[in-house]
Amino acid sequence: MSYLQKSPWIIHYDASSCNGCDIEVLACLTPLYDVERFGILNTGNPKHADIFVITGGVNEINKEVVLNIYEQMPHPKVVVAVGICACSGGVFRECYNISGGVATVIPVDVYVPGCAARPESIIDGIVQALGILEQKRSAMKAGAEGVA
Amino acid sequence: MDPFIAAALFIILAPVVGILITGLDRILTARMQGRVGPPVLQPWYDIRKLFQKKQVAVWGAQSFFIFCYLIFIIFTGALFFAGGDILLVIFAFTLGHVFLVLGAYVSYSPYAHIGAERELIQLMAVEPMIIIAAIGLYQVNGSFLIGDMANHPGLPILLLPGVFLGFIYILTFKLRKSPFDLATSHHAHQELVKGSTTEFSGWTLAMVELAHIYELVVMLGFIWLFFGDNLILCVAAIAIIMILEILVDNCTSRVRWQDAMTSAWFVTLVAGAGNIFALSIM
Amino acid sequence: MLSNDTYMELLIFLILFPLLMAGLLTLIQGENFRRAAVISGAVLVGIASLITLADSITTQAVYHSVPVDMIGILIFIGDILISGYIIFVSLKARQYLVTGITILQLILLCAVEYLALADHAHIPELFSDQLSGIMAAIIGVIGGLICVYALGYMREYHAEHPDRPDKRPRFFGIMFLFLSAMFGVVFSNNLLWLFFFWEITTLCSFLLIRYPETDEAVKNAFRALLFNLVGGACIPVAFLVIFLGQGSQYIGLHELVTAGPGIALIPAGLIAIAGLAKSAQFPFSSWLVGAMVAPTPVSALLHSSTMVKAGVYIIARFAPVFEGQIVGILIALIGGITFLAASAIAISQSNAKKVLAYSTIANLGLIVACCGVGTAEALWAAILLIVFHAIAKSLLFLSVGTVEHQIHSRDIEDMNGLVTKMPRITMMILIGIAGMFLAPFGMLISKWASLHAFVESVPPYGILLVIIIAYGSGITAFFWAKWMGKLIAVGEPQTKDESHIPRSEKNILYILSALTIGVCFGFPIISWYLIEPWLLTMYQSVTDLISLSNIEIMFMMLFLVLIMPFSLARFTHSARRVPRYLCGIPEGRSTAFMGSCGINREIALSNYYLERIFGEERLSRISVGMGIFLIVLLLNILIIGGGL
Repeated sequence: MSYLQKSPWIIHYDASSCNGCDIEVLACLTPLYDVERFGILNTGNPKHADIFVITGGVNEINKEVVLNIYEQMPHPKVVVAVGICACSGGVFRECYNISGGVATVIPVDVYVPGCAARPESIIDGIVQALGILEQKRSAMKAGAEGVA
Repeated sequence: MDPFIAAALFIILAPVVGILITGLDRILTARMQGRVGPPVLQPWYDIRKLFQKKQVAVWGAQSFFIFCYLIFIIFTGALFFAGGDILLVIFAFTLGHVFLVLGAYVSYSPYAHIGAERELIQLMAVEPMIIIAAIGLYQVNGSFLIGDMANHPGLPILLLPGVFLGFIYILTFKLRKSPFDLATSHHAHQELVKGSTTEFSGWTLAMVELAHIYELVVMLGFIWLFFGDNLILCVAAIAIIMILEILVDNCTSRVRWQDAMTSAWFVTLVAGAGNIFALSIM
Repeated sequence: MLSNDTYMELLIFLILFPLLMAGLLTLIQGENFRRAAVISGAVLVGIASLITLADSITTQAVYHSVPVDMIGILIFIGDILISGYIIFVSLKARQYLVTGITILQLILLCAVEYLALADHAHIPELFSDQLSGIMAAIIGVIGGLICVYALGYMREYHAEHPDRPDKRPRFFGIMFLFLSAMFGVVFSNNLLWLFFFWEITTLCSFLLIRYPETDEAVKNAFRALLFNLVGGACIPVAFLVIFLGQGSQYIGLHELVTAGPGIALIPAGLIAIAGLAKSAQFPFSSWLVGAMVAPTPVSALLHSSTMVKAGVYIIARFAPVFEGQIVGILIALIGGITFLAASAIAISQSNAKKVLAYSTIANLGLIVACCGVGTAEALWAAILLIVFHAIAKSLLFLSVGTVEHQIHSRDIEDMNGLVTKMPRITMMILIGIAGMFLAPFGMLISKWASLHAFVESVPPYGILLVIIIAYGSGITAFFWAKWMGKLIAVGEPQTKDESHIPRSEKNILYILSALTIGVCFGFPIISWYLIEPWLLTMYQSVTDLISLSNIEIMFMMLFLVLIMPFSLARFTHSARRVPRYLCGIPEGRSTAFMGSCGINREIALSNYYLERIFGEERLSRISVGMGIFLIVLLLNILIIGGGL
């Protein structure tokens, strides 16, 4: 188990969510679920974050923002799309102003469907993301050594 | 103890002690909030993780300043535990902090900029009391050397109650705890994102964390000086004060910088300055 | 080393040669000649002053009687001429207060001369010891460097301000006249001579401040003249006290100081008030702030490195007299309050020259506080402060002058990101600022030493001073660090452009930067060979002023600070470059973001000035009030209480 898995910091962004999934994400931080047991901290700063937890679908206004936050995160990083709107656009998929899920803009690693996604699913999704994070780190290290 | 050995021990052991204390801090905070909290070694995992990230930055020079910050904090701490002149230690600390401030300024980022300004305000608020504490300890010990102060047979705090109270007040600034965690804080969702550390990432951020841990150990060492060579009392005092700080951290919200600075200066004047003035007439 | 006679000739050379140069420079118009004359004059004066310094290491204080009796009368005539000129100029400008004070001073002086005619003891007129040597080196080297800098600067100055009358011959003439007068001040043993040279420096300051000939400049020049005359008027009163009370042999500086507080306290206190005015302590500070309208070399030479140092020099001379006395404590308190108040006001200033002016006043306050306390340790700190401050402050003033000509602004807010536009100049400003407040540079050593000195002295007033310095220390860190931050904060890198800076300016700045760092390494030498032997002549024992281990630690820190920047290159390419965090919406160039209603906005970051707490007007009023209270109290104790 690498240190990335023991200390994953998340940045949580609400793209165009109704806040239902956001409340569930925040619930994970409360004493009832207490994800700090796993070393998870909610940092509001992409430069400090490992996991990008994003809710809500993508539209023209927040496309730039999502790209920007993703770009400012240092490697290795993973994206967890929480809620069906972030996964595919959800019930708003056909609307004129929604492009779709987050995957239309940035690569998503874990999809956590639900409306609203339950805290247990969210935590499960983040734990899966940790595994992917570790894979990315090994690949990054191998790539760096391969180049070097 | 030979000063070089003491300095070397500090450089090696301070992160261990500091990480354990910080970890216990987080666990205690969690318990106060009705949570379980992270493992006690969590700060260590955090720092190691940060070293595994690939750095991003606005300008490369940021990392340079933070590197200088860390080096000088370590140097100052080593000087402290080697028993050097306490005033020199205080001024060397200021040098370290200026490097942190410069590192925050260089990125020309709004959040880091305000964080840097607040960092300077904190410095300004804290400095009088620390110097007065040093003077008070001199008056009790007759020497500015920390080596002499640590071996004082009596209890300096009995002659320095006001200074001690003032010092505890500004300790909240130094430990970056509410209500005085103006520039940057470990709590999520700042009004300034992460304040002065906003633009740091990867091992730069790890160095900041490490420097905070070294500084924590030196500040606790400072508390030690108020209890002379009485080992049990020192440790007990440090424990009680840390618990108090954590309690205050959890019960209060951040104050405006005006209130932080003026209250610190007021407490310094009344408690600290009054104490050393009284000692000089005695 | 040098024989006594050669030594005396050296002193007289230092006083007369710049005078001669002043005459030459005023008369001859050609710019090439001026350039050659200034450079050669500065070099000669610099070398001569360094020889004086070197010689003072090996010889104890040397006293010379000038074998010409007429000079006393010539000096008196000189005093009358100066006063006459001031009366004439002030009447023309309707500055009747100045006229009044000058007339009063003239009357007092005539009375003194009358008494001197009757009772005329023979005392050596000139002398030189380690302190004179240090001061002479500062005047000669720093003064010389600034005069050379002024060549390039004044050319640009008049190109920028074609509406201002170009009187450069006169300008340089007065600069050299000033150097001559300053040498006179530090080499005079006869206080009447010292007063004469003192008045010349006041006159030079007046003439140089009004050089721009704008309304503001003239007004500020007269204010400087007024405040310095008000303080200076105390000196003839001191002379009267000497002649009427103690006898004419005490008109010698050395004789007066060694006579001890019983005899010397009242005259020393009165002369110290003149020193307080000249070094712009509260309540007299506003003249120095107003003097910033003068061209930058004037600010550097007169109003930070040399003339204001004459004020603290004379107080330092009398420090052994003040030790343990109430008069000394009052002077120290004035210095301390000035240190705190001026530092606080500097926070709210964004005009770079005003920040430097207030910082100068603050540091002079610290020096005055040390001299008022009067112990050997305090005086040691004071001399170190004088040396470090003279070098670092002149570096800062000249750098700001150079920057001003390039970016056409004196405002710190316009210096944002200067490190990309003018990296070398910025580096030197950073060295200067570091020299002003950061460990392990010079001023820090002095501050540290003064805390050591105050903590045991004159209980409980020493602790009062300690408390004042404790507060002031954090305050100075605030305004210096935020200036440093402004210089290095890079939004969009600007194109590097240092090509338009005159070479003479750049070279002088390099020399001053090297001096700033060199003096930090060299301060133990200055201490062992110059300051401590000097202190031993006045105090029976000089305890261990700074331990070897502390010096070692400071050197370690200095080393670290100096070699660290070499690692900068290693850091500049190691990270992936990303925009600064603006909540995710930077737009195009990374210093803009998309604000509400889809409007692109530019980031605008400015420093905190904390106007409501540290505003200039409010704090000045309070400090001037306290200053007036303390000065009046001091005068009462001196005149009515007989020094108590």
